[in-house]
Amino acid sequence: MDRIPILRMGRFLLVTIQIDLYDRLATNLESDLVQMVNKTGARGVLIDISALSIVDSFMGRILGNIGSMSKIMDAETVVVGMQPAVAITLIELGLELKGVHTALNVEKGMELLQEKIGADDLDDPDEDSAE
Amino acid sequence: MKIVLNKDAMLIVKEQDVVPFRNRVKEYAVKIGMSLVNQTKLITAASELVRNMLKYGGGGQTLIEVITQGRDSGIRLTFIDKGPGIKNIADAMKDGFSTGKSLGLGLPGTKRLVNEFDIKSVVGEGTTVTILKWKHG
Repeated sequence: MDRIPILRMGRFLLVTIQIDLYDRLATNLESDLVQMVNKTGARGVLIDISALSIVDSFMGRILGNIGSMSKIMDAETVVVGMQPAVAITLIELGLELKGVHTALNVEKGMELLQEKIGADDLDDPDEDSAE
Repeated sequence: MKIVLNKDAMLIVKEQDVVPFRNRVKEYAVKIGMSLVNQTKLITAASELVRNMLKYGGGGQTLIEVITQGRDSGIRLTFIDKGPGIKNIADAMKDGFSTGKSLGLGLPGTKRLVNEFDIKSVVGEGTTVTILKWKHG
């Protein structure tokens, strides 16, 4: 069974979707991500969709679900790299992608996540406090 | 008058068939020189309809046609399923209406993405949806 890999980077989880998804793959990603947030205690999820040539209503709903589920688990979600044609199509389709933050690229997305959880920087359990 | 230049058929029986179908549609759209935005709209519309066909009709037959009319050219897609049919098409075309668990954007959203949209359904026999996207539409 195909799976989209989820990478952990400090307090964040990174997902880069490199292939066009069929529905089962997208729902698997949704449940895998929520479980990973739980397991790792991640505070942020970054999803790069720059390689996706389309986002239809199903994929849009999955992205929204990931955002809402992560939120309940105390993690922020940011979707980055949407192609302009995809953005135009999504709005015309009637999807506004509420519930997730968006950023132009991975770099800006990371900045946004840092900002969102910046206040909690001090009590990061992964921080090496040894002198 | 619309003239069919090229006709291609593809059977959709499982979820995984959706990706090659979308790719095939893209190939034809690229071939006639459709802009990227229109390609994306067409493929997104196709993706919505093919999902409906799988979800409600248990799969079915698709047709991809290259159409010309005067100096314009476009892609026409037909989705034929032998599912239960749609009882009330007017309801199904409303934003936010769904008998399933979706957002109900599928049909009305799809209509907004294409130039021509036609749906015919007979309860107990099946549903046929035809969409057309002009190259410069």
